[in-house]
Amino acid sequence: MPHDHHHHEGTSPSGHPYRADQDGPLTYWQAMEVAVRELLVEKGVVTADQVQRQIEAMDARSPADGAAFVARTWTDPDFAALARRDATAACREMGFDPGTMRLIAVENDEGTHNVVVCTLCSCYPRNLLGLPPDWYKSREYRSRTVREPRAVLREFGLDLPEGTTVRVHDSTADMRYVVIPRRPDGTDGWEADLLAALVTRDSMIGTGVARVPS
Amino acid sequence: MVDLAPGATVRVAAMMPPGHVRTPAYLRGKVGEVERILGPFGNPERLAYGLEAERLPLARVRFTMREVWGAGAERPDDTLDAEIYAHWLEPA
Amino acid sequence: MSEAGTTGRRWHDMGGDAAGPVPGDEHDFALWEKRVDALMILASGAGHFTVDGLRRALEDMGEAAFEEMSYYERWIAAVNQNLLEGGVYSIEELGRKMAEVQARGDSYGTVQDG
Repeated sequence: MPHDHHHHEGTSPSGHPYRADQDGPLTYWQAMEVAVRELLVEKGVVTADQVQRQIEAMDARSPADGAAFVARTWTDPDFAALARRDATAACREMGFDPGTMRLIAVENDEGTHNVVVCTLCSCYPRNLLGLPPDWYKSREYRSRTVREPRAVLREFGLDLPEGTTVRVHDSTADMRYVVIPRRPDGTDGWEADLLAALVTRDSMIGTGVARVPS
Repeated sequence: MVDLAPGATVRVAAMMPPGHVRTPAYLRGKVGEVERILGPFGNPERLAYGLEAERLPLARVRFTMREVWGAGAERPDDTLDAEIYAHWLEPA
Repeated sequence: MSEAGTTGRRWHDMGGDAAGPVPGDEHDFALWEKRVDALMILASGAGHFTVDGLRRALEDMGEAAFEEMSYYERWIAAVNQNLLEGGVYSIEELGRKMAEVQARGDSYGTVQDG
C-alpha cells in the first residue's frame, strides 16, 4: 500500500525534512537496496532495528578514535608495546570494537615513513577510523601508491626528507593497517587529549603527518 | 615445502589463473623476505565461491622497490609489504 | 584485446598502473548508502556470504561497472548477487519486491515501507 503523499512540501510523512539524498528520482539501485532490505527482514535474516543500530555504530566511528589510539601510544609505553605486538587487542583495550577487523600498527620514526593502500579493492581499518575517504578508493591512489609513493605523497603536500625510507603496505588480505605517526616536537608533557587533536586521519593512512602545534 | 620463518627468502608464484585471487599481479614472480607469519586464515579462493575453505598460513612479505619495479624504481631502497597466502609462495 | 585477454591480469588488479593525480574531493554517505553498508555487514555476519564473495562479485561486474556506477551501487549489486546465489531469496521474489517498491513513489524518501 503506497504511503499517503499529501504531506507538507519538503517534509517526510514523519514531518522531518527529507535528506538531500532522498529527494532525487528513485534510482534502480536504491530500489534494489529497499527491496533487498525488506526481503532480508521478511526472511528473518536481519531486523530493521539491527540495520539502524549498525548504521549508528558505523556513524559513531571516526578518525577521532584512531587519534585517541595514537595519542595513547605516545603517552603510555605499555600500551605502545601492546599496539606493536597486537594492535587488535590494543583497539579493544581502548574500548573500540574491532569486530572482525585484524589490525597491524606500523610506526613511523626518524628514518621511516609508512603509507597504506589496497591495490585490489579498498580495504581500510574502518572499525578504527570509520569509512574510507573517496580518494582512498580511487583508481589513481590504488594504482600509483605502490609504484611512486613519493610522488603521491607530494600531491598530499608531504615532501619527505632525503634520508627517509618509505614503507608501502598493500593491504591485500586479512589484516588492516594503521600508521602511528611521529609525535611532533614541542609536545613534551602534553596530555593524551591534547595530543590527539594533532593526529589527522591522513597521518594514520600515511598520506600526512601529525600537525605541529602552533 | 617452502620455509616461511621470518627472515626467509621467498618467491611469489608467477602463475596467472583467472578467478578471485588476493595476490597482486605486480608481485608475481618477485622475491621478498618474510616479515612475519599470520593466520591461519581461510583460503579466499574458495570462500569467494561459497565453498568450504582450508586454512592457510599468511605471510607478510617485504619486497624492495628495486625488486618490484627494477632499477628505474622511484627509490630502489623503499619497500613494499603485502600479505601473501602460503600456497602462492615458493622457495627462492 | 584487453589485458585480461592477453596476460590474464584482471581489471581490478591495478597496482603499478599509470594514472592521473589522486582526486581530492570527498563526500559524506547518503542514508541509502549507509544501509547498503549495514546490509553487507549484517548479512555476511549472519553467514550468508563472505567478504571474499562480495569482492568476487564486484570483480566479476567488470571495469565498466567500476567506471560507471557509484561505490555503493556496485556494493548493493554484489550483495544481491551473493544473496541470490546463497538462495536467501529468489530472482522472482526480488523482481516482484523491486516493482512494488518502485510503484510506491518517485523518490527514495517516499518508497520506505513504514
